[in-house]
Amino acid sequence: MSKPRISYTRRSLLKGAATFTAASTLGAPMIWAQDIKDVTLRQFGTGVSNLNDVAVKVKEDLGFTLEMTALDSDAVTQRAATQPESFDIADIEYWICKKVWPTGNLQAMDTSKIKLFDKISPVFTTGKLTPESVVAQGTAPSTVGFISEPGSTEFAKEVTGWMTLIPTIYNADTLGIRPDLIGRPIESWAELLNPEFKGKASILDISSIGIMDMAMVCEAMGEIKYADKGNMTTEEIDKTIAIFTEAKKAGQFRAFWKSFDESVNLMASGEVVIQSMWSPAITAVKAQGIPCVYQPLKEGYRSWGGGLGLSAKLEGIALDAAYEYINWYISGWVGGYLMRQGYYSAVPETSKEFMDANEWGYWYEGKAATADIVSPTGQKLAGAGDTRDGGSYMDRMGAVACWNSVMDENQYMVRKWNEFIAA
Amino acid sequence: MPRSNTTIGWLMAAPLTAVLAAFLVLPIIMIVIVSFWGATEFSIYPAFEFDNYRFLFGSAVTWQVFGTTFRYALITWALTLGIGFTVAYFLAFHVRTLTMQITLALICTVPFWTSNIIRMISWVPFLGRNGIANQSLLSMGIIDQPLEWLLFSDFSVLLTFVHINTFFMIVPILNTMLRIDKSLVEAARDGGASGLQILTNVIIPLTKPGIMIGTIFVLTLVMGDFVTVRFMSGSQSANVGRLISNDVGLLQYPSAAATSVVLLCTVLIIVAGLLRLVDIRKEL
Repeated sequence: MSKPRISYTRRSLLKGAATFTAASTLGAPMIWAQDIKDVTLRQFGTGVSNLNDVAVKVKEDLGFTLEMTALDSDAVTQRAATQPESFDIADIEYWICKKVWPTGNLQAMDTSKIKLFDKISPVFTTGKLTPESVVAQGTAPSTVGFISEPGSTEFAKEVTGWMTLIPTIYNADTLGIRPDLIGRPIESWAELLNPEFKGKASILDISSIGIMDMAMVCEAMGEIKYADKGNMTTEEIDKTIAIFTEAKKAGQFRAFWKSFDESVNLMASGEVVIQSMWSPAITAVKAQGIPCVYQPLKEGYRSWGGGLGLSAKLEGIALDAAYEYINWYISGWVGGYLMRQGYYSAVPETSKEFMDANEWGYWYEGKAATADIVSPTGQKLAGAGDTRDGGSYMDRMGAVACWNSVMDENQYMVRKWNEFIAA
Repeated sequence: MPRSNTTIGWLMAAPLTAVLAAFLVLPIIMIVIVSFWGATEFSIYPAFEFDNYRFLFGSAVTWQVFGTTFRYALITWALTLGIGFTVAYFLAFHVRTLTMQITLALICTVPFWTSNIIRMISWVPFLGRNGIANQSLLSMGIIDQPLEWLLFSDFSVLLTFVHINTFFMIVPILNTMLRIDKSLVEAARDGGASGLQILTNVIIPLTKPGIMIGTIFVLTLVMGDFVTVRFMSGSQSANVGRLISNDVGLLQYPSAAATSVVLLCTVLIIVAGLLRLVDIRKEL
């Protein structure tokens, strides 16, 4: 290579490059004997938590490489269920775990290797935030969070030493409203179908989540009493869809939205004054200087959560690295990053060191901000004196009525949903 | 040497045949095959079953959605034909110089400098409750309440369809009109025909091939669309394209394939019918 006259052929260059790539990704552990720095973990998941900043910080703090792939939730489910060789770590939602776990593509985690296991929010262990709480309906993380022994494909009913997923991101969702255009307090999910908002309401056109929002509304109206909103019978699905089809025909809805941007535009333009919404969308509307509230409602929240699962194929040094990654994940830095976006992390207390007192007070404790609240990307989200919609962690996560879920009658529900859209 | 001529003919046709076979015929065959497969929640498996078709034809939604698709296609066709024919007629018979004809025809293509989606989405702020249209009407005192039906309605869907597709009607009609021998029109006038008679007895019959080609363009574009319907109706109405895209989103590929096959057959039947009305090959 040091010769002045360069005369490699293209073929020899390619060969060299190929050998080099192979050595850096595959051969390393064999040659340098179990050096964790040469491990590459392949993680895939939905866009919400596949944050590049996390991969960069992992390299910095732990030394190994984390490769991330972002997919939509249907593709995530498919990949976790059918291609176990294609990943080391699956970042999936709990309802996806319910579908995927029985395929045996994931392995349980030994909780004794998870240092902060005792500090993990009880939402994910016992399911009870306080000893008096009731486990919410739907695919509550606690119901699919444990198995009785390694290799088991059935979920355990209580906390055991084997955990399926380590929780990463979660939040409590509710309706978003335009307080300036409504001009009166909104307290119930039933308001979504209030004729007062005829032509000014919207719901999301993603069947698995939309049906839950519908159920919250129907129950709040006193029309239907569900045994489990997260696992409806076909009659319950029929009744729910019938109520909303009637409302749709009467012109209650301005539009349905499918993407995050659509929900922001509908709200910001004033086309819609009340609708299903996600937390960052509220932030986006507020960032345009338009009042928008993530309205806490008396019936409670519809909650969702994701977690990291380990591929069944993971072993040896890569498995050790994965445990190290998980321990790092819940040790605080990621939590602080997520909490500043309005999400929650599995071990909230550890995030405190990575946030200032003002941020911690605003996001976690529900206190009035003492100075500007800024997002990780530098946007101003709230000023001094503002408080978070819904209040503290305990207030919000303590009022979860149901969790995102997958129903036994899922295919039936999807067909009914298509009928609703076509009606 | 007739034999070598045949060989050369075959050789010349071979590249195109190969391209069409690989990129058109083969994918369609695949779609037909998959439409008989089965699906679970996260995988598809080879089978030969009629479940997908049985469900498709057994569901009232299918009929309703096909009805909506036809309705959109017919109304859009009628409007684009009316506008397209008028514009082409103006360009062909009223604009005198060729330079001016070319200039004006090129102006018609200006909207195509941006993407389809952008042309579509730009209607949203215009037609919205607080949009320019409503604001103007309000300030002129024509209405005292914003018109709700301007956006997220059949009206906005059709408006966008007409906006996007009229050009596909203008070009083929203009093309055939420009080939009409002007002496035919003069002869008709000398023979004492009125303007209307010239239009119906001379120009329209001679423009038929252009109208047919434009019709085929517009019908196939509208019947295969799903984006326009989704955005402009605010996801509130569905056509066949949306049915297919929903299935794909939920990983139900066999069901999506079955719907596609039915749609493809429907469109092919319509096109075959249209081609029987006019022998395009002869007329061109």
